Amino acid sequence: MASPSTRIDDGHDMDSVNSGLMREKLSVLVVDNDALVRKVHEKIVSKLKVAKQVQIQTATNGKEALDLHLSGSSFDIILMDMQMPIMDGTEATKELRAMGVESMIVGVTSADARADKEAFTEAGLDQCLAKPLTADKIKSLVETLEKNK
Amino acid sequence: MERNNQLQRQVALMRQSLFDQGYLDEQFVQLEELQDDTNPNFVEEVVTLYYRDSARLIASIEQALDKSPLDFNKLDSYMHQFKGSSSSIGGRKVKTECSQFREYCRTGNGEGWQDKQGPEVQLLAPHRKKKRDSAHNSFC
Repeated sequence: MASPSTRIDDGHDMDSVNSGLMREKLSVLVVDNDALVRKVHEKIVSKLKVAKQVQIQTATNGKEALDLHLSGSSFDIILMDMQMPIMDGTEATKELRAMGVESMIVGVTSADARADKEAFTEAGLDQCLAKPLTADKIKSLVETLEKNK
Repeated sequence: MERNNQLQRQVALMRQSLFDQGYLDEQFVQLEELQDDTNPNFVEEVVTLYYRDSARLIASIEQALDKSPLDFNKLDSYMHQFKGSSSSIGGRKVKTECSQFREYCRTGNGEGWQDKQGPEVQLLAPHRKKKRDSAHNSFC
């Protein structure tokens, strides 16, 4: 079983003009069974420079995401794929909300079926985005996070 | 020097043709923009991962298509994975075909699969080699 990975990016090399306004830390959990998707989403988040320190962890399925939370980890944003083996995104989202996790959980899916997306959203997502994620989509999530502080 | 410039021009033209023919979309440009000094081989790494995963998925799909009756749930699951990774890399044409195949699964259209399987696997196989060669020329 793949263990979750952690990456920390220090945003201190950006413009000093903006650094005073930038949030101190952003922690993101990327949950997807596809290694390529995890790699791309991890890179997009790490390049954004939306916080002075960006911490990214990855998990390969919903159960790993749950285990991370059970071991005490918490995140500002969870990017949750819908269809995964062992525990899918819908189930994982339900479980996380039942545990009292209040993080922003964003569904990320290439699913075509509206019924699947509706069930996913009703499990407790803050929003559901279509793959592929882009820098603009993630920036907008961080802006929402800031607005809701 | 002149030879290098010529090769770079050829690679640029090949790259552009992949966009012009609809094989790649804007997402691939996003990947190129993610490449930087801290990760100078990022695009090559992602493309290599994609080819490895695609080969595995296509092999699984071909195996599943040999079974009778067809297991549409399994085929749909493979196509879902393929569509997800294709869209993440900017593989526009493959993504579109995956959606079509998923529609066949939803309607239980085994003939749709059989009609498209030959030409579409051929679509992926020779262009996979062309894209891989193009990608390697760009990044090496």
